[in-house]
Amino acid sequence: MTPCLTITNLSATLPGGARVLRDVSLDVNPGEVRALVGESGAGKSMIGKAILGVLPSSVRQVSGEIFLDGQDLGALSASKRRILVGANVALIPQDPLTALNPSRRIGSQMTDQLIKILGWNSAKAYTRIRQLLDEVQIRDRERVLRSYPHELSGGMRQRVLIATAFAAEPKLIVADEPTTALDVTVQKQILRLIATMQRQHATAILFVTHDLGVVAKISQQVTVLYGGMIIEQAGVSDLFADPQHAYTRALLRATPRYNDPDARVEPVQPDVLAGLQNELAANDHAWEKHLG
Amino acid sequence: MPSEHTRPHRFNTRLWLAGGWLLFALALALLAPWIAPHDPLAQDLLYGRLPPFWSEGAEPGLWLGTDSLGRDLLSRLIYGGRIAFMVAFAAATAACLVGSTLGLIAGYFGGWPDRIISRIVDIWMSFPPVLFAILLVAVLGTGLHSVIIAIAVIDWTRFCRVIRAEAMVQSRMDYVESARIAGFGRIGIMIKEVLPNVMPSIIALLSLEMGIAIIVEAILSFVNLSIATDDPTWGGLIAEGRLSIHQAWWVLVFPLIALFLTVLSFSQLGEGLKQRFDPILR
Ligand SMILES: Nc1ncnc2c1ncn2[C@@H]1O[C@H](COP(=O)(O)OP(=O)(O)OP(=O)(O)O)[C@@H](O)[C@H]1O
Ligand SMILES: [Mg+2]
Repeated sequence: MTPCLTITNLSATLPGGARVLRDVSLDVNPGEVRALVGESGAGKSMIGKAILGVLPSSVRQVSGEIFLDGQDLGALSASKRRILVGANVALIPQDPLTALNPSRRIGSQMTDQLIKILGWNSAKAYTRIRQLLDEVQIRDRERVLRSYPHELSGGMRQRVLIATAFAAEPKLIVADEPTTALDVTVQKQILRLIATMQRQHATAILFVTHDLGVVAKISQQVTVLYGGMIIEQAGVSDLFADPQHAYTRALLRATPRYNDPDARVEPVQPDVLAGLQNELAANDHAWEKHLG
Repeated sequence: MPSEHTRPHRFNTRLWLAGGWLLFALALALLAPWIAPHDPLAQDLLYGRLPPFWSEGAEPGLWLGTDSLGRDLLSRLIYGGRIAFMVAFAAATAACLVGSTLGLIAGYFGGWPDRIISRIVDIWMSFPPVLFAILLVAVLGTGLHSVIIAIAVIDWTRFCRVIRAEAMVQSRMDYVESARIAGFGRIGIMIKEVLPNVMPSIIALLSLEMGIAIIVEAILSFVNLSIATDDPTWGGLIAEGRLSIHQAWWVLVFPLIALFLTVLSFSQLGEGLKQRFDPILR
């Protein structure tokens, strides 16, 4: 089975030459959820942006390939790539407020991708969008379609964005911390909604999060990232039962357990952090050698 | 944030007052030939320096009095409004089109377009504006067209600077990234995604600029560099009034009031419209 997404040795640099991604390689199989875990600044969002072709202009991809369904994106012209990615990959963003244009109505924003990338006419796109709004359990969908983003609650906005993401039946969805910006009470509902939609549509998801508690609930595979470098990858039960890397163990200890909320939550110990710094330095050394 | 809920109301009163005065003044200006009680140029030395209607010695029908040559001040004010509004609309629109377009391009694209445009703006703004205007009119020759061109040439940088900064903020928003993923091209995003979000500022600046254009025109008239003909302008009236302040204060004061109210109204209108059009506050 061809993975729906394959990334090999992806590195990206900032203008000074510092790397935000260091030889990142990972797969996402069709219909599977891979969690991408790491603390803030680890480069999780960068991986998503690299896939979607929207890296910030200051960040340069300096090595590595990205394959969608076996197709090397780097081999395509910019416009072909945009269409292939647009038709097969969607994004559920972190902050549903800023991800929607404040001066455009929800309906027109939801249909953009269907009309621009898939070439549908407006009527067909709206029919599709209405179906999806029903699926994400938005009741007064006609009002929502006519609304501006700030007229909806945070949870509603995220439902709208989830509906938008699934509308074109993408093979892969990049969900970049889709619940972080929401109220705690809404977070669980949204998480459950994403899980349900994922199962019904059999969509592969690269699920970015820094919460290992969420990982256990939604994903089958896990990738742990630190400083742009992959620390460990494993199936979710293996990773929780038998973490290989000291950093992963530290992260697990630092995560509150839902079944045992009183258990002590420990911060990552200094010797683990020192070990990570050594690994990053060794990685830098290897990179400089590689550059010559 | 209760202040955000009370604000639009407070500005609404101002918006209506400002809009009301501007509509009134504009209507007078447009209908001047039918409304003005007298010919603004007709002199009558027997009726020189007559005071406004409530004072002793006022002549019925000459409501705001006359100047030293016996010309009806009210009629001169109304005709002066024609030129003021013409300059305001033409110059501000021209400055707005040029400045906003360049600002949008600089702010959205960044990189070398931004560096070039920002450089030009910096150089432009290093000239003192009034001196710049006088110089330009001196070169272009006096007349309505030169005044309009001079104001637009000087003041496009106001639009450019503000719109650049706002477009820059907008272009970093996540919705721009989403639009790229959804298949919009760069120009498409600039026009359909970013422009609507900077529009409230453009409208506010446009209104403010109309007020500024009226002041600049008045200054040019004041120094006798505006309209070469005898047509009355507010700046011209002020200049005349200054000479006879001790004998006939009204010749100075009424044009000043008209100028002040109009300029203030334009700036208040700008603020009010910005609130109205702001997608989050509306
Ligand atoms: N536009 C940008 N230009 C330059 N550097 C950036 C830019 N955005 C992010 N970075 C840097 O790239 C690194 C990785 O950022 P990234 O956004 O991928 O982190 P993240 O893992 O998603 O973190 P978070 O959990 O906070 O979202 C960070 O060190 C950040 O400072
Ligand atoms: Mg992120």
